[in-house]
Amino acid sequence: MTSLDTVVSAPVIDPNPPVINDFTLVVATENGSGSQTANNTLIRAIFKMGVPVSGKNLFPSNISGLPTWYTIRVSHQGYAARREYSEILVAYNPRTSDEDLANLPAGGVCIHPADMKFTTPRSDVVYYPVPVKDFIKEIAPPQHLRDYITNMSYVGVVTQLFGISRVEIEHALMHHFNGKRKAVDLNLRMVDMAIAHTVAHLPKQDPFRVEPLNKTAGKILIDGNTAAGIGALVGGVGVVAWYPITPSTSLVDAITEYAPKLRPAVDDRVNYAIIQAEDELAAAGIIVGAGWAGTRAMTATSGPGISLMNEFGGLAHFAEVPIVIWDIMRMGPSTGLPTRVSQGDILSAYYLGHGDSQHICLLPGDMTECFAYAGTAFDLAERFQTPVLVLSDLDLGMNNWMTEPFEYPEQPLDRGKVLDTGSFAQFLADHDNKWGRYRDVDNDGIGYRTIPGNQNPRAAWLARGTGHNEQGVYSERNDDWQRNMDRLTRKLDTARRHVPAPVIDARPGATVGIIGYGSTADAITEARDRLRAQGIETSSMRLRSLPLNEDVRTFMESYDQIYVVELNQDSQMLQLLCAHAPKDAAKLAPVNLCDGLPLTATFITQRINAHRTSVKQ
Amino acid sequence: MTATTTRPTNRIGLTTQDYQGGTSTLCAGCGHNSITSQIIAACYDLSLDPATVLKMSGIGCSSKTPAYFLGKSFGFNTLHGRMPSVTTGAMIANRTMTAIGVSGDGDTGSIGFGQFKHMMRRNVPMVYIVENNGVYGLTKGQHSATADIGQHLKYAGTNVLPPIDICAEAIAADCGFVARSFSGDAKQVRELIKAAMSYEGTAVIDIISPCVTFNNEDDSSKSYAYGKDKEERIQDIQFIQSYEEVVVDYEPGSEQIVKLHDGPTIKLRKLNRDYDATDRWAAIKLLEECRQSNIFVTGLIHINESRPTLQQTMSLIDEPLAYQTEAQLRPSRAAFAAVMAEF
Repeated sequence: MTSLDTVVSAPVIDPNPPVINDFTLVVATENGSGSQTANNTLIRAIFKMGVPVSGKNLFPSNISGLPTWYTIRVSHQGYAARREYSEILVAYNPRTSDEDLANLPAGGVCIHPADMKFTTPRSDVVYYPVPVKDFIKEIAPPQHLRDYITNMSYVGVVTQLFGISRVEIEHALMHHFNGKRKAVDLNLRMVDMAIAHTVAHLPKQDPFRVEPLNKTAGKILIDGNTAAGIGALVGGVGVVAWYPITPSTSLVDAITEYAPKLRPAVDDRVNYAIIQAEDELAAAGIIVGAGWAGTRAMTATSGPGISLMNEFGGLAHFAEVPIVIWDIMRMGPSTGLPTRVSQGDILSAYYLGHGDSQHICLLPGDMTECFAYAGTAFDLAERFQTPVLVLSDLDLGMNNWMTEPFEYPEQPLDRGKVLDTGSFAQFLADHDNKWGRYRDVDNDGIGYRTIPGNQNPRAAWLARGTGHNEQGVYSERNDDWQRNMDRLTRKLDTARRHVPAPVIDARPGATVGIIGYGSTADAITEARDRLRAQGIETSSMRLRSLPLNEDVRTFMESYDQIYVVELNQDSQMLQLLCAHAPKDAAKLAPVNLCDGLPLTATFITQRINAHRTSVKQ
Repeated sequence: MTATTTRPTNRIGLTTQDYQGGTSTLCAGCGHNSITSQIIAACYDLSLDPATVLKMSGIGCSSKTPAYFLGKSFGFNTLHGRMPSVTTGAMIANRTMTAIGVSGDGDTGSIGFGQFKHMMRRNVPMVYIVENNGVYGLTKGQHSATADIGQHLKYAGTNVLPPIDICAEAIAADCGFVARSFSGDAKQVRELIKAAMSYEGTAVIDIISPCVTFNNEDDSSKSYAYGKDKEERIQDIQFIQSYEEVVVDYEPGSEQIVKLHDGPTIKLRKLNRDYDATDRWAAIKLLEECRQSNIFVTGLIHINESRPTLQQTMSLIDEPLAYQTEAQLRPSRAAFAAVMAEF
């Protein structure tokens, strides 16, 4: 992993005293070699020991053969952001082993197959060779399981060397294999063989240790796409239409997996539909049709899919059809880096479609929000009769994060202003016998909607992307057009007051503000702790939605210098902030990164310190 | 729904007036207007409740027409070539509706070709009418993908590419109801629409519908003169409601009786050809022969009721998904707790 990184000079590690629950381990393997089972087993075992842990998978856009790095960060402070370097290397990929070794800090640890040859061995790291081939020969697993079992050898060595609970390893394997004893036992055999070898032949020469804590009790480990999939089912999803694209695919997979459990079939019939469309155009079209007809309809996609959904985004905005689009952002432009994280779709999502259109966007920043916003997005889409985009990203969506368990929602579903046959008649009675699909009766920009099947002969309307009047009838009149556009602006302003407000942590005495959103939250928290230790107190605002509201202006007014942290080249959120509060725009400085990797606290502190130095000069 | 005065009414007490829409803004004499009239007539004859019908379209002259019929029905004038996907979503959300969609040769044969094919592959229940005039009208006279090869148009010049045959594409996609007609053949259009609206699955009707402004020269295969002169009906088609008696008029073997799923019947009286519309291979052969010999056949080219609809494939409940209540949509607390316990 480190080979992909901007170079940050790593400290020399002192072998004494022990370093407890505060280090990072990187596992270098080949893609497709089944290391995910081994890595998840380690993470889960550490987590169950009460120690905060997070895992990030840096994988190629490839099915097998290309290098993959998986980093496991153990942090008693609960920091979950990526770090620039790892102290411990599991060097199981001969194609990257030299580079991986070179990236270890002095005093670091290298666990490697005994037959691996390093071109330039280092004398300042600790080596733990593992006779993997001998183990495999002895266990002789079936050929198709060979790679998986091979990887369990490093699980055993890591378990023994760093003090991970063997009992928790077994529990983690039981969890992974759904209690299938045979599979568990085969894997455990390798783990135990490696443990025994470590005890006998690999005396401890490094300071790193995992020791039990009580900081994970009651918490769960989950990825954001699974959280969102469960959230969508809890939020009453009716129709899911999608086209496979990394990194959003696992979101729909989660819906498919959990639907039978959460929304069980009755007499083999179900009240939801999951349709794999022929492309993202059709996926968007299907949910527009389903949303118009009255279901909660959603898709999940990523940047290239967002490009294709442009035309339907504009139609749904203008015909005022509720739909939800999850964009699990990956690195663009174009095909870009399909398996790397980015926050590069902020502007294209917010302005999806040609002509004037701004959309409600939700910006989940943790697992709880990935879960909850699945339902919130439907509520907002139906309340405002409009597309809602949920901008998650690859880091949130595909990596494992520690979180409080999700809570069953106490609020009822908000279906918005929908008139059925009965309420339509009542509406006419209350409104001088007048109804028009796009009449702004409540002065909030939101009309009253009817859906197909309404029996009142006056309830029907023809949805269209062409110019229309308040009745929904085709119109090219300039006054009709302008009135409609003004109403849509009014609707956006109403939405501004209803979307999730930013989370503000205002510290007394702070003159520096930090604005961020989405997956950068953990790196920002860690960076602020370090800045505080350095004597720089900061306040922070984590944006959770667009359009931006008055809280954002107030925050921007309150600080002399404001840093906007984001994972894109063009400082996209910073652009929106400048337009939102031009008076304070000059205070904004970008802290942006566009290299495809999750943000680190060090990057933020370095950029802020460098900026402060340059301003002083 | 005020059934009044002396106007005749149908079985649910509605007059043809109740199936009218807004005034057409298409050119006088446009074939599409005739088709609009036959949609109105067919819905009246079928005694369809307008509240149960969805009118769908894409973009183009043809796609404007849903504004001109069934003013009391919900409709969606969608995007260019995207009617199939939107209809797919709507019909999944509410399977109790009857969808009738109007598209054109550009909307179907070019920009929407992929969606057209996948809709048929999924067997989305809808009537899919292609008002086929071989030319782009709203953009003033470009060749479409169904234009004759070698055809010369004033604006667009000579068309150098072979035409796409909508019916052949439908049969290749295993569509179970494939018909061709001519907008000047009002009775056939009407009977086909009635049969299509009673069919469970995607029903495609490719209707040659002359564009009087841009493509009505006598030598064009999409002109009135050509249609009147060359049309060869493969059958006389009669749609018979489930409550009507099916009277067999002719010699055994000269008629094909197709019983539809919910009881109605299509009676096909054979004309010059001994043709079996249920034989997919015969349909492919017929279309290829007609292509090679420049023969304009109309009628029910293929029918096959054996494929499940998309809603059946997806095991959807009978009730509209759109009407599911919160109690039905939101998982139980117990089920939610059980899922959370997995992590």
